[in-house]
Amino acid sequence: MRLRSPFGLLSALALALAVAFFVLPIVAIFADVSPARLVAALGEESAREALWLSLRTTAIAMAIVLVLGTPAAYLLGRRRFRGRAILITAIELPLVVPPAVAGIGLLAAFGPHGILGGAVHGAGAELVFETAGVVVALTFVSAPFYLRQAITAFGALDRRPLEAARTLGAGPFRAFATVALPTAREGLASGLALAWGRALGEFGATLLFAGSLPGVTQTAPLAIFAEFSRPGGFVAALALSAVLISVAAALLLATKLLGGVGSVGTEGAR
Amino acid sequence: MSGGRLELEASLPLRDFTLEVSLAVAPGERLALMGRSGAGKTSILRIAAGLMGPRSGRVSLGRETWLDTGAGIDLPPERRRCGLLFQEYALFAAMSAWRNVAYALRGRRGDQRRRAVGLLERFGIGHLGEAMPADLSGGERQRVALARALAAEPRALLLDEPLAALDPATREGAGRELDALLAAMEIPVVIVTHSAAEASRLADRTAVIEQGRLTATG
Repeated sequence: MRLRSPFGLLSALALALAVAFFVLPIVAIFADVSPARLVAALGEESAREALWLSLRTTAIAMAIVLVLGTPAAYLLGRRRFRGRAILITAIELPLVVPPAVAGIGLLAAFGPHGILGGAVHGAGAELVFETAGVVVALTFVSAPFYLRQAITAFGALDRRPLEAARTLGAGPFRAFATVALPTAREGLASGLALAWGRALGEFGATLLFAGSLPGVTQTAPLAIFAEFSRPGGFVAALALSAVLISVAAALLLATKLLGGVGSVGTEGAR
Repeated sequence: MSGGRLELEASLPLRDFTLEVSLAVAPGERLALMGRSGAGKTSILRIAAGLMGPRSGRVSLGRETWLDTGAGIDLPPERRRCGLLFQEYALFAAMSAWRNVAYALRGRRGDQRRRAVGLLERFGIGHLGEAMPADLSGGERQRVALARALAAEPRALLLDEPLAALDPATREGAGRELDALLAAMEIPVVIVTHSAAEASRLADRTAVIEQGRLTATG
């Protein structure tokens, strides 16, 4: 497409507008918070506690998503079977469910009076108003972001190297771990980055399912809202927001780098 | 390396016709399967290697049954030890040449590396052990893939259009080398090709396959 054509110019303008729209609120937060205020915000016990809780719970949620989601996505990405489209739609459902509705749904399923509430209690676990509940809410809302990417990444793999591995003596698990995983790494890392970003920003489902107890279930986004609701708390909310953006950006970058470094050309490229 | 006779009987509905074949290859014998693309040649190799299941059929090597749909036997590919050279070689893109070869080897890592490089040297590319597949020429890839297939000490060797991915200039030399290599094999070898010249050069016997059926052997 020639940039000097009217359509080229229109596209460039649309892109410029989109970038400005996305970047402006982020820049505004940092413009409003002096570095000294940022450091001071980090010095506050409640802010540190919320941030630490966010990091811990999102890390656990991501571990669950990776361990359970990766083999599930491999199955859905590599096999064609009846009902596959329905399963994929079910997995994608949390993407379109409003977070508040997700919270209500989790309560109805795992809350004290929920369908599986008795079983959860019987197993000695408590989720509502507990940190474990935060992990459940984060996993629910963020997993589809990883799963979608992982299904696409595994689905795009050339089947021949996987088959070659089998003829060379590798069982299905070894072929998955040594050939499929390294080849799909870039796509998996980008899915993980998206899921982690979504989990760090999670608000509605966590609030409704696990509550907002400082130190127990009050993650960074909930702490930002708590500060924001407090008279005169806007600056503290801004400072915490700036910290959260920095952490999310660092995680995004680290995850992408992890998946990108050492990535190789496609099979058969010459 | 020695193996028994490879016998295959299979019936499998494909998109436009039903594959109905029966063939046997003795140890040390080289059979070329010749036919147009889409005639069912590759499906036969995939059934033999265990990568595809026929509707009904039987595959055996010597006294060992790999597949018998009637008896409910179906050994997975990793238990057949049937080497398969894929048309585009199917190297592991994320592994260096020596790691590709070492994939089929067992034992300590240092030992694996020594043996893998030894195999690459046999194919004249010992110096390319650290190279990644994307950086190799077509001919070099073919040698890595052959070294890898042989590292697994296969009991039968199947080659799917082994020269098709090479440019004409490389094909001549690679064909000569491959012919010498296969001639020294003491296991059944099946070569799929669409070229009569390639079939007569690489094989002792040629079977022609049309629309899923073997129509002539000689």
